[in-house]
Amino acid sequence: MRGVENNLPALSEAGIRTVAISVDSPEINREYMLQKAGYTFTFLSDPKLEAIRRYDLVHAGQGEKGADVARPAEFLIDPSGTVRWRMMTENLFRRARPEQILEIAKSLQ
Amino acid sequence: MKRLNWKIWAGLVLSLVAGLSYEFVFIRWPITRDFPWVNLILFAAAMVLLFLGLRRAFKPDKRIVAKIFSSLAAALGVLLLAGFLFAIFVFGRWLPASAAAPQVGQKAPEFTLTDPNNKPVTLRQLLTEPVNNKPPKGVLLIFYRGYW
Repeated sequence: MRGVENNLPALSEAGIRTVAISVDSPEINREYMLQKAGYTFTFLSDPKLEAIRRYDLVHAGQGEKGADVARPAEFLIDPSGTVRWRMMTENLFRRARPEQILEIAKSLQ
Repeated sequence: MKRLNWKIWAGLVLSLVAGLSYEFVFIRWPITRDFPWVNLILFAAAMVLLFLGLRRAFKPDKRIVAKIFSSLAAALGVLLLAGFLFAIFVFGRWLPASAAAPQVGQKAPEFTLTDPNNKPVTLRQLLTEPVNNKPPKGVLLIFYRGYW
């Protein structure tokens, strides 16, 4: 996340809108992600896992008190709505690198 | 005068540092996060120290207390290493298969979610509203586990 934030100017320069999605409520996103952590991209709340389920990313029982959450995953979607790149990590501790995303982003028309 | 078995203590402290420094330090940079090589090197050094300390404590002239304490310290160090390996290489890989997740070339499923101001936002909106005063070239969706 921090890496994405650091590369945000370059991403928006490349015409890419960055959006983070989790089960967290709008209040938690506002208070912790925007105000406390100082992130400046879009945070969307999916407490009922509607989008998370549609993208088949439910990680059952891994949240607070055994709640379902999203597994980490990244998608780059072009204006026609087509997935152009994705990263489905095999290990929680391995994530997409912003420079890698930027490279792909620049190759989009 | 009997000398302190510093190797066993240094080994134990280094095991602690090796384990904890991943979460607090080395997770910050992709190069030390994606594969925890710094922590594994620290653990390797810790194991060598523990082994040397243990060997010293088990020399015939050493007291039984020294043997018990160094065995406990060594066991704790090994336990820390085992816990670390488990967390990174076993727990870290417990992820759902997500076989039906949209593939490259497929349409991304539409959604309507709530932004921090409690306003509904659709994927279509995200794909059409300007970025940098220009039509967007793409949207990067980052799904994550959440803050809690």
